[in-house]
Amino acid sequence: MEPKRITQINGPVVVATGEEDFAMHDMVYLGEEHTLGEVIKIDGDHSVIQSYEDTAGMKLNEIVQGTHEPLSVWLGPGLIGNVFDGIERPLAKLKENSGPFIKRGVNLPGIDLTKKWTFKPLVKVGDEISYHTILGTVVETESINHQILYPHQERGILCEIVNQGEYTVKDIIGKVKSETGEIISLSMAQKWPIRKQRPFAQRLPATIPLLTGQRVIDTLFPLAKGGTATIPGGFGTGKTMLQHQLAKWSDADIIIYIGCGERGNEMTQVLEDFPQLMDPKTGRPLMDRTILIANTSNMPVAAREASIYTGITIAEYYRDMGYQVAVMADSTSRWAEALREISGRLEEMPAEEGFPSYLPSRLSEFYGRAGRTLNYNQTEGSVTIIGAVSPQGSDFSEPVTQNTRRFVHVFWGLDRELAYSRHYPAINWMISYSEYIDQLTDWYEQKEGEEFIRNRAQMIELLNEESELNEISKVVGQDVLSEDKKLVLMICESIKKGFLQQSAVSHIDMAVPLDKQVKMLKMIIDLYSKTLDLVQKGIPVSKIQETGIFREYNKIKDEVPNGNLELLRQKEDEMEKKLKELERSYQDHLG
Amino acid sequence: MYIEYLGLERINGPLVFLKTPEGISFEEQVELSLPNGETRLGNVIMMDENVTTIQVYEGTDQIPLRSVRTKRKGKPLSIPLAQSMLGRIFDGAGRPIDGLGEIQAEEERDIHGSPINPVAREYPRNFIETGISAIDGLMTLIRGQKLPIFSGSGINHNELASRMIAGANVNKEEKFMICFGLMGAEFETAEFFQKSFKQNGVLDKVVMFQNLSNDPSIERILTPKVTLTCAEYFAFTLGYQVLVILTDMTAYAESLREVSTLKGEIPSRKGYPGYLYSDFASIYERAGRIKGKEGSITEIPILTMPNDDISHPIPDLTGYITEGQIVLSRDLAQKGIFPPIQILDSLSRLMKDGIGKGYTKENHSQIANQIFASYAKTQEIRALAKVLGEKELSQTDQLYLAFGKELEEQFIHQDKGERRSIEETLALGEKILGLLYR
Repeated sequence: MEPKRITQINGPVVVATGEEDFAMHDMVYLGEEHTLGEVIKIDGDHSVIQSYEDTAGMKLNEIVQGTHEPLSVWLGPGLIGNVFDGIERPLAKLKENSGPFIKRGVNLPGIDLTKKWTFKPLVKVGDEISYHTILGTVVETESINHQILYPHQERGILCEIVNQGEYTVKDIIGKVKSETGEIISLSMAQKWPIRKQRPFAQRLPATIPLLTGQRVIDTLFPLAKGGTATIPGGFGTGKTMLQHQLAKWSDADIIIYIGCGERGNEMTQVLEDFPQLMDPKTGRPLMDRTILIANTSNMPVAAREASIYTGITIAEYYRDMGYQVAVMADSTSRWAEALREISGRLEEMPAEEGFPSYLPSRLSEFYGRAGRTLNYNQTEGSVTIIGAVSPQGSDFSEPVTQNTRRFVHVFWGLDRELAYSRHYPAINWMISYSEYIDQLTDWYEQKEGEEFIRNRAQMIELLNEESELNEISKVVGQDVLSEDKKLVLMICESIKKGFLQQSAVSHIDMAVPLDKQVKMLKMIIDLYSKTLDLVQKGIPVSKIQETGIFREYNKIKDEVPNGNLELLRQKEDEMEKKLKELERSYQDHLG
Repeated sequence: MYIEYLGLERINGPLVFLKTPEGISFEEQVELSLPNGETRLGNVIMMDENVTTIQVYEGTDQIPLRSVRTKRKGKPLSIPLAQSMLGRIFDGAGRPIDGLGEIQAEEERDIHGSPINPVAREYPRNFIETGISAIDGLMTLIRGQKLPIFSGSGINHNELASRMIAGANVNKEEKFMICFGLMGAEFETAEFFQKSFKQNGVLDKVVMFQNLSNDPSIERILTPKVTLTCAEYFAFTLGYQVLVILTDMTAYAESLREVSTLKGEIPSRKGYPGYLYSDFASIYERAGRIKGKEGSITEIPILTMPNDDISHPIPDLTGYITEGQIVLSRDLAQKGIFPPIQILDSLSRLMKDGIGKGYTKENHSQIANQIFASYAKTQEIRALAKVLGEKELSQTDQLYLAFGKELEEQFIHQDKGERRSIEETLALGEKILGLLYR
């Protein structure tokens, strides 16, 4: 059969013509430089291919070599701590090969095929082996034990397994005799097509929160393990900053950070920061649990489109071992724009704002790959997805934000006004929501008591009231408000300054454990009821303010070390004492 | 030698369509020879078995269909580079126009460049003192950063750029140079910068690429790429600290739209092509530092926001790629404040890692944050004062108004030639904050 040859080049879109039969989404190599591409449309003898690298210098008539398999990534020990581009090429290796600038036509596997790992078998000859049975384990980093999974659907009996020792991912570590009598050789690495969801036994309800150490999230708008969240925000509102905070402090086992069409320096920052920051859970560097996918804005657009699938596939692979994985995609808008760009080159009929009509279905497919699961090997794992959205012109009604909203359950809307007044994280409490709160209530009540959910509700109520009062006082001024309304404004000021605002750089405040959050929440709510009592007794709000208790509350987040709840209690007593004094002096004054 | 092809199939705007020559490669450079001896530069932007589409950078004016000759160059669009480019002036496509003759190329490079591998980047941390308080104190420029100026027509952003250049050029021991790309600029603008370079004594450190408003608009598409290719050569081959100024990015984007429409591409917002983001990124992301290399590229693109609208696609997409933005405000300009920097809308993303102990001053970020928060509050109170009248405001609110006025007139405003060191800037900031926090 005649091979296909290049007959048209239009930016990253290449048409190959010839007899050879390509399947949809087959991976191919284009031309003399063996540039990687993927079949995205077939019309008779013509196959339309998107190239994962720059096509400059490519010529017509060059041969297109088919691999007859879909675009896949390598899965195995050696992924963690690495930085990949959108199609899982290790960037550090690329740099070794071709210097600081990325050159074309370098095809490298995602994992080192020659490195030796210490494999410790967990099965013995004669054991029954089925899909995803854990064959053995490798210490991948000090934080992560990599479970080697049996990758085939065919059940069988283990007839050979190596002893504990050093092996490369390609070495044969065992053999299975399948039910049909076939002998299957086993190694530590497998390949998986990135556009196909990895199967699991059963979906589990999302009833455990993913704690992030961020008060506005954990307390007001919590995310569940296996859930989905979106962070929409115009430029300068701190999307990336928040994603970095979540990547650092989430209580997930593994973090996959996808820099999808974003800034190069941001990836560099992660690369510099993470090895130095310690995971509070394990005391090991954060890099020991992190995988980075960096397809920056100036890297090829088709690889950007692929990058989120590469990321989620790796996430599912670790989920199958029983890990809690969190995927941060920054930013899904850039991915949608990549779709639009390719779609435009294919001259497809556009839907909203030039985006292809399949944008919503692609988004739902992506977020649909999140979930808490019971795996075939009886472990429980989860994939949580947090996708940033960069709305055009900061307008939340644009297609990517709107469609994303339909498929995610937590919405952390970032607000430019808040960011401008340097209120970080700039999550606007009036427009944000979490649909997980009902499912998570049991967990919170068990851990932190029933009061927590009540206090949380009251905080939201107060903030709502404040927003209304602000509207009124914009027209008539604050002075005409009644004293109890003035108190609401005062308390909310403290809620904002002392609770919702959180510094990403303060050593105490950057990540706060839940127990301190719960206590801080209770303190401010108690403060409200106590001061309200005084106001009702006729003490003016200005007098209460003069005691300095609000200022003291605002300082707690920076002054009370995490874990020192005793000191918190002392602070509470001091504040209480001040209020008592005020009341007494006032009674004397009246008396 | 490559064969010349006689005649074309079709001409449409800056695009010509040629029967596909044997062996031509995608994005290859071609040269069109007109019967009158003139030559024009072009490159392949699309090709199939029958027709190759070529974009002609000096426009297609006076190109005849049958008698024009097209010659392949066998390489992508490239420019010659040499240290001797310093002090010279080139057109928007990189050819000398100062009458001093061709440059002796030490190297030739593809103007499209290659993306920097993220793992090879060095995170920018060194602060550049510009001598402008609003910038140094509140949106600190960092070496290797890309920090655009969002301006409007009629606001004197050129003066600000020229002051930044004058201010940044302090450390005499280092190799420092400026790559300047002018796109669609008026003759006066080009003149202004020439003059200010001379005054600041940096003329021999500048490489200027200029595409004026009466030059072919399509040539503008090349100008930023040519400028940055030159910058990369000086920074990463010769070890210079390079400051790149690109003005006006709006003119560049408009040329891009022009070509896109002619190609019949599906437009996205406001008629701009769907790939505007990627295209901008290929320009802005060339800034940075590389591990193990001495030089750096700091980019200051200037753009005018159409109708002062920050949500227009050009500033919007730029803001998503660059590491912050300096926003100029018409209101402040009208009040006579110069530079009229709207500090609340402005931001430097790299600031947090390049200031504080060991870089500027330990309490730098506290001072900056207090100024931001207080000035934000001032804006609220100003809105309130408009409704209630200033007299009705509480005493604290009155203090905020006084603070806002001081900040604008004493801190943001700077007279020509007044250069403040970072110590002076921060001391001044503290002093003005003192109005509120006594």
